[in-house]
This record gives sequence, C-alpha cells and structure tokens, in this order.
Amino acid sequence: MQLSGSQALIKALEMEGVDTIFGLPGGAILPVYDPLLDSPIRHILVRHEQGAGHMAEGYAHVTGRPGVAMVTSGPAATNIVTPLCDAYMDSIPMVVITGQVARASLGTDAFQECDTIGITRSVTKHNELVTSAQDIPRAVREAFHIATTGRPGPVLLDIPKDIVDAMNPNSAMEWYWPDDAEVREGLPGYRPTTKGHPRKIREAAELILRSHRPVIYAGGGILKARAAEALLELAELCDIHVVTTLMARGAFPDDHRLCLGMPGMHGNYTAVTSMQRADLLIALGSRFDDRVTGKLDGFAPEAKIIHVDIDPAELGKVRQPDVPIVGDARLVIDELVAVLRRMLDSGEAAPDRSEWKQTISGWQETHPLSYKPSEPGDALKPQYVLEQLRDNTPADTIVASGVGQHQMWTSQYWRFNQPYTWVNSGALGTMGFAVPAAIGAKVGRPDAMVWAVDGDGCFQMTAQELVTAAAERIPVKIAILNNAYLGMVRQWQEMFYEERYSEVYLSPDLPDYKLWAEAMGCVGMRIDSPEEVQSAIQKANEIDDRPVVIDFRTDSSEKVFPMVPAGKTNDDIITDPALGEDFVQ
Amino acid sequence: MSDTGATHHILSVLVENKAGVLARVSGLFARRGFNIISLAVAPTEDEALSRITIAVDAASAPIEQITKQLFKLINVVKITELDPRDAVERELLLVTVSAPPEGRGQVIELVDVFEGRILNVGHDRLTLSLEGHPDKLDDFEELLRPYGIVELQRTGRVALPKIDNTTSRLRSARAS
Repeated sequence: MQLSGSQALIKALEMEGVDTIFGLPGGAILPVYDPLLDSPIRHILVRHEQGAGHMAEGYAHVTGRPGVAMVTSGPAATNIVTPLCDAYMDSIPMVVITGQVARASLGTDAFQECDTIGITRSVTKHNELVTSAQDIPRAVREAFHIATTGRPGPVLLDIPKDIVDAMNPNSAMEWYWPDDAEVREGLPGYRPTTKGHPRKIREAAELILRSHRPVIYAGGGILKARAAEALLELAELCDIHVVTTLMARGAFPDDHRLCLGMPGMHGNYTAVTSMQRADLLIALGSRFDDRVTGKLDGFAPEAKIIHVDIDPAELGKVRQPDVPIVGDARLVIDELVAVLRRMLDSGEAAPDRSEWKQTISGWQETHPLSYKPSEPGDALKPQYVLEQLRDNTPADTIVASGVGQHQMWTSQYWRFNQPYTWVNSGALGTMGFAVPAAIGAKVGRPDAMVWAVDGDGCFQMTAQELVTAAAERIPVKIAILNNAYLGMVRQWQEMFYEERYSEVYLSPDLPDYKLWAEAMGCVGMRIDSPEEVQSAIQKANEIDDRPVVIDFRTDSSEKVFPMVPAGKTNDDIITDPALGEDFVQ
Repeated sequence: MSDTGATHHILSVLVENKAGVLARVSGLFARRGFNIISLAVAPTEDEALSRITIAVDAASAPIEQITKQLFKLINVVKITELDPRDAVERELLLVTVSAPPEGRGQVIELVDVFEGRILNVGHDRLTLSLEGHPDKLDDFEELLRPYGIVELQRTGRVALPKIDNTTSRLRSARAS
C-alpha cells in the first residue's frame, strides 16, 4: 500500500493505540495535520507547546499509557524541552513528535530550524531524526517500545517536512508494520532486564527474615511497574511498614495500618525517623534522591540495603546496596513473595518485632502531622483547604499539583488510597505543571474527578491552558492556594536568610484570578474565609461542563513542616512550627 | 599518565554505526562529569557497528557507574572494560619538530631508538611518526620537547583484549 509519510505517521500512531494527541501545528509539521483530520485520534489544541508536553505527562501518569504530543520545529521544539526533561527525570512514558525543516535545508539556519535532536538529547531516553519516509513506521514502533519498556521515559522523533509532505516525492513510502522480532533486531543495544536474579532474590528474602527493624522504601517505580498489589502482598506477608515517596503516593494505601506516608525533606516525622533507625531498607523502585536522604552520610546509618530497580545505573549510584536486584518491581516482588512464602511455610520466621512496631506507633502518637488552625477572623490556612478538599471529593479523585509549598501540603494532607491518583512533578520540580497535567489527566480518565491544587506563582506560568480546557470541554477544577508569594522561596528566606524577602511577593489581587478564570471560559470563585470553603468545593464538584477555578486566599506566613533543612541529616528534622520560627542556621 | 593502570580505565564500546552516536557518548560524559583522557572511533569488521575506545579518568567517577550510564544509551550495543594489564594498546603520534642541520643527527638518532619514521624533511624541520604503546609515545614526546615541538598530533589509544589471556582462561576452563 502506497502512503505519504504523513499518512504513514498518523497510521503508525493509530497502530500504537494512540487515542489522543496534545499539540499545536506550525509550518514544518503542517503536512501531518492534514491526514489527522481523517483519523479517529482526538487532537487537543493547546495554547503553548509546554502545555502539550505536560498534558501528555498527566495523561500518562493516570493511564499508564504513553502520552503523545506533536508540535512544529524551532520554537515549538524548544518550548517542549521542559516537559521532556520533566518526563525524563520522573520516568514518564511519552512520545513527542516535532516537525523539522526539509532535509535539504538542515544545517542552513533555515526559518524555524533548530537542532532539536542536539537540544533534547540529554532530556530524552532516546531521540531520532527520521531521515526517510520509509523509516516512519519503524521509528514510531521503536519510539513507543523504548518509551514504555525498561525504565520508562520520553522519546522524541524529529520529522523533516519533505518526508511527510504529500506534494513532495520524498514522502512516498510503501506501508509496513514491523513485528516484535524486527523491533528487537532494530535495537541491538536495548535489552532491559526485567526478571530479578534468583540468587539475589533469595539473599533479599533472607535479609528480610533476619531483620529487626525493616522498612519498605517504595518509590515511583512501583507505579510504573503496576506493582501496587504486589507491594501490598509483600508488606502484609512480612508485616513490614511502608513509606511512599513523593513519586509513590498512592502506591500503598494511606489508610493501611502499615503505611507511614511520605519520607524526605517535608515528610512526616515517623516516615523519616523510621528510615533513620531501620536496620533494613527495602528500596523498591526508589532511587535515594537527595530530597529523601538529606545529608547522605547521616542517612539511615544502621540500615542494610536491598535495592530493586529496573535501571542498573541506580544501584550503587547514591548508596551502595547490600543486595542489588535489577528487574521490574512487580516481577521481582512477586518472586520475592513466593520465596518468602516457601521459607515461612518451611518454618523459618522473622524475629519478634513488636518493640519496633511499638516504637513506630509511639512516634505516630507523639509526632502527628499538625498545623495551628486559624482563629475566627484569621486568614485561611492552606492545610484546612486541603482537608476540606480531601473530605468533600470522591475517594477516587485524581489530584495534580504544581511545585512548592502547596505541593508538599497536598502530598501531606491528601489521603491517597488508590494508585494513579496523584500527578505531580517530582524530580525536576516544574512550576506550572499542575494546570496542563490536570487537563491531560482528565482526558485520560474522563470518568474521574480531577482537581489541581496550585500555587499562585505556578498558576501564572501555564494558566492559559484553561482556555484549551474550556474550548475542549475538559472540566478540571483548580484550587489556587493564593498566598501572594512564591511561598517556598519565602519560607527559605524567612528561615535561612534572616527574613530578608527578596523578589518573592506576587500580590493577591494582581491578577484578579476570578476575572481571569472567567475570561478564559471557566467558572471563577474567590474564597476568603473558612466558612465558605466547603460550599465552594461542593459547588465546583457539581460543575461538569467547564473548568472551575477557586482563588483561596490563604495565610502568607504559613510554612511547610516538618522540614529537614538542606545540608542537614534527617535526624535534624524540625517538626514543631514553634521551633521552626526560631530556627537559625 | 605514565603509570599505566592506576589512573585510567579503557572502555571498548561497540555502538551502532548511526549519525550522532558519538555526540550521545561524549554528551553523557560531559553531563555526568566523567573525564575522558582519550577517545578514538572507527568502523569495525561489521559495517553496522563502530568501536569507540575511551580512556577514562578513573578518579572522576566509579567505572561501574560510567559503564552503567553508557549502557543506558540505546545505540550502545556492548561495553568491554579492558584492564590495561590485560589489553594491547596502541596509538599513533605525528610530530613536526625543529631540526636545523646542526642538531638533526640527534633527532634522527632518537627516531631510530624509538623505531619511529621520518615522514617529511624540511630545511630546519622534520615531521616524524611513531606508533606504539601510549606510554612509549609519552616518553618520545618528552625527549623531543627540548628540540622544539612545532606541531603535534596524537590519535588517542585503541585497544583490544590480549589473546594470551583469553586462551589461558580457556585452557583453565577446559582443565577444570
């Protein structure tokens, strides 16, 4: 079957099961937008290419399927670099297609030409300049294979205009669709290890049964590997507590008796301290990120380490494991559970851990997450807004966030009881992530309610995508915790820079968020006092034909606690806001 | 650089012979802060593959982390870490050295001792070549320096595992 390159590209995306493309057309990608008109694939026309990338990420977060974005060359390609880097660092499967100038113009500084491959090389799992129309089906098939297998990540295909332009003879191709063997043959250097080494798994099981103070340190890899059920089985079988990192919120139910919640710089006292005192950390799909470990040489000093990761380079990168296991988290945990069951059945048993469990529940009692509720007439507390949001939305609500204080409060105060309900930018810390990511999540899961919790600083970075959401009837709901500051930066200036506030004030009224929301085709609300919070949320929940933005005016002076100050060990955690006020570095 | 083995590792990296692969490899080294001492790229017996021989500064990062990160590149097919003691290493050096007629004899003597070659002769200059172990090239370069090096170019090392080593391992495997 003779096709043009553009027809082949769209057909290849259909073959990959793509149902949605987030994108924005322009000169070099123009030919591909023509056959798109005849395709069942839904195209969401974004207002800025960064939005397309974060929407694709949000879609991938909640569905587990690769998000797809398509933009033109030059400035469009550079605009999508941030989402690519975000997806790369958080291991989000994503395929981005960029237009490129015709092959004859490559390297001539042509209009809207840029070295997309060079620019995106270090922020993609792989990228390819496709140099002939005949290569398109192969390149697309390989891109999806690479994006979704091994450690997932973004893959970019750069497509010169002449090989997709139906008017150009260079775009003629004979259709084919590579089978699995051909994909394998085409990628001789790509063989991810998925099955763990049996001897290492046995060693891990023995360590687990010998440990007195074990903690499971669950990371985002649990979600990527669809291993939440396996994790539950492992934790219950061995009766071991679980911490869920920022990327793993929802991987283990927060209401489970063994769940300790989030560790790290703004983790709760029990999660942080149980890792510090553990004699065994079972790291599953986590990577000893600096925000989790604090000062490395003081991190979990007595713990032996079992480290399971699909990326061999993570094993020993930060902390040398005692038992390294390369493999897919789900497959390895399943194997580990099987081995442990056999050992337990044959009479082996773990030592008595009742003292350790009592210690943990003691910490939970003495150091609960807390904040000082507002007195009548005081400003609204952001934590109160989150509690109300959590308690007045359905259990399977998906929540997205930007980056900063509001993100930490959301992770702390939400109750994540189901996997794939938390969408956030972890490693890169991309302000402006929430609005487009929430839109992508709602497109991927139209059946679920989707709320974004955003900061006022973040909201201003990508709010224009609410025009996209209004136009496409994607009813996301945005709660802005408007404290009129770049709040996290303000918190650091207050605590570590002697309250010298430098360039962090944003004004609560400029812009007028309610008017702005309305101008973008959304319902806008403004809430100042605690009494109005619940009814505003309920009103927003009932609106299903357009986006809703609620401007919650929150207390500017509120800070995120607990906190492990940068450069300190996790033993130096500050839990009491009163102590934090006096903290001097 | 002269005490072989202590300061560098040799990675023999088999990569797909595709556009941009060298940029991927060198970009990875730059981004992760791994230092390259020398690097040589050339096609292999299989036209689909090229071999990149990289001498890596052993102090800049653990070699295990370097190889693991390299292997994450989709176009990297195979990595062999060669211990300098178990490898044959060769490099080529071209040098133009100042050699006016009165001092020329000493330079030519050096070339003879090192079994190098004279490629080009001028009124007061000689262009020489020397092929050999990188350490030998270092020594040659050092001894030429007093005469005045005008221009110098080295290829960077290429390396393969020693055959002796492989056969003895095979023999011991058979014996057991």
